[in-house]
Amino acid sequence: MSLRIVVCVKYVPDATGDRHFAEDLTVDRDDVDGLLSELDEYAVEQALQIADGADDAEITVLTVGPEDAKDALRKALSMGADKAVHVEDDDLHGTDVMGTSLVLAKAIEKTGYDLVICGMASTDGTMGVLPAILAERLGVPQVTLLSEVAVADGLVKGRRDGDTASEQLEASLPAVVSVTDQSGEARYPSFKGIMAAKKKPVQSWDLEDLEIDADEVGLEGAWTAVDSAAERPARTAGTIVKDEGEGGKQLAEFLAGQKFI
Amino acid sequence: MAEVLVYVDHVDGAVRKPTLELLTLARRLGEPVAVALGPGAENTAPALAEHGAVKVLTADAAEFGDYLVVPKVDALQAAYEAISPAAVLLPSSAEAKEIAARLAVRIGSGIITDAVDLEAGDQGPVATQSVFAAAFSTRTRVSKGAPVITVKPNSAPVEAAPAAGAVEALTVSFSEKATGTKIVSRTPRESTGRPELTEAAIVVSGGRGVNGAENFAVIEALADSLGAAVGASRAAVDAGWYPHSSQVGQTGKSVSPQLYIASGISGAIQHRAGMQTSKTIVAINKDAEAPIFDLVDYGVVGDLFEVVPQLTDEIKVRKG
Repeated sequence: MSLRIVVCVKYVPDATGDRHFAEDLTVDRDDVDGLLSELDEYAVEQALQIADGADDAEITVLTVGPEDAKDALRKALSMGADKAVHVEDDDLHGTDVMGTSLVLAKAIEKTGYDLVICGMASTDGTMGVLPAILAERLGVPQVTLLSEVAVADGLVKGRRDGDTASEQLEASLPAVVSVTDQSGEARYPSFKGIMAAKKKPVQSWDLEDLEIDADEVGLEGAWTAVDSAAERPARTAGTIVKDEGEGGKQLAEFLAGQKFI
Repeated sequence: MAEVLVYVDHVDGAVRKPTLELLTLARRLGEPVAVALGPGAENTAPALAEHGAVKVLTADAAEFGDYLVVPKVDALQAAYEAISPAAVLLPSSAEAKEIAARLAVRIGSGIITDAVDLEAGDQGPVATQSVFAAAFSTRTRVSKGAPVITVKPNSAPVEAAPAAGAVEALTVSFSEKATGTKIVSRTPRESTGRPELTEAAIVVSGGRGVNGAENFAVIEALADSLGAAVGASRAAVDAGWYPHSSQVGQTGKSVSPQLYIASGISGAIQHRAGMQTSKTIVAINKDAEAPIFDLVDYGVVGDLFEVVPQLTDEIKVRKG
């Protein structure tokens, strides 16, 4: 039986670009170049490795986002995923993590799955809680923040490196997994992969396809509200000295003046 | 007065500092009721009482240590249902964030993660968050349900505020899903004897310029002279010079100490995201054009292998 893997990915504003907020205090996704969140590349990579080790597997990459989010799907397809699902609907603008997780959960159920793989966090919102919420919504085990993952005999196993301990985890499929940036370097798409990706199917669904009411998502349906967003004042220019042999002592003098010594 | 649920992060009854900071914030919103789970839960009560907890709800069961996250969600939900609090606060550790998120779904509440400040507002607690690699600061509210908010370490002072801290046993019935993810084995992280990275008042970090695992001894010596934690940039971690648990940056730890000393770190966005909110920033780097110098209060352009040992020696002399 085929192992059905769904990888959730996010299209995010480039972290090296000038990220900012739109007038309605949502993240501006129009004026800044977007791309597949770097941390989701690790999820795609682990999906590909798990699929390689399985007798038969199919990888679907799933995103929720505006038209341009297709770029993120194409990147994942060019790395080697088999097909893609894009959930797009004007009513989704401003959706928070609760709404996004609802949409993803419905889309995952509609796709059919044995294993859901996510990155550890997005590089824009950086909450890192979506995989846990997905597991809660889907009612399946959560096997998250793994720096090593393997699937065999209907079980997913992995290593979770926490603050105080490193844990070996184990759960039965179906399950939701998230992987960290320590799980293994993500591959670059090959030229062949890029060409093949152009022919791979990308399915588009809207809220109606997923039987979700518009008032459950979007800015109005969000369970959180952003009242204001202000650019952090630039740090006042500091003192910069060139080391002429006394740099360490000069620094000590500064630290003493600040009462750190 | 409204009660505020505070999830306690502790190790065998020893309460970790971010939880005491949470109590300071909780007192701004109402009367703190603490929830401590697992071995030693009851031993947390004196420290929690000292810092303002009116009640300490405790539970211990094998499930907390044998299965991932969900048993703790079940317990926190039981506490939520018993108390009907005005808000639920948790520390922003990886595990507590996951507990918070699952609880929020269950009780139909919005969630805010990684708050750096919290105050009472007309429409409920208002959280300050530092976003886009700390380039922006946002003020956010939960608009549905009792707010579930996780707070980063070093976001509030630890304040003595003695309260009753009466211990009450919390009755927890575990859900069917509680045993879904088994923790097969656990290897405790070796203690370095240095302060916890995210909790430290001073952090000394090394990057690409340190140029080798063995050279990190120079960074560690400076850290030890100041009683500081040691951090590393992603470049240094990816090169295998220092463990990932010490990585400061977007995919590692986010720190906000009183003093941050960056040695041989250029200051890429990935790193800045994890340290930009530090109060005082100092950098030592060979390259005068390194972006880290845009952030510093004091910078030395020079060879870290000259500057750092000299600084360490001078600190030792001054400290006598």
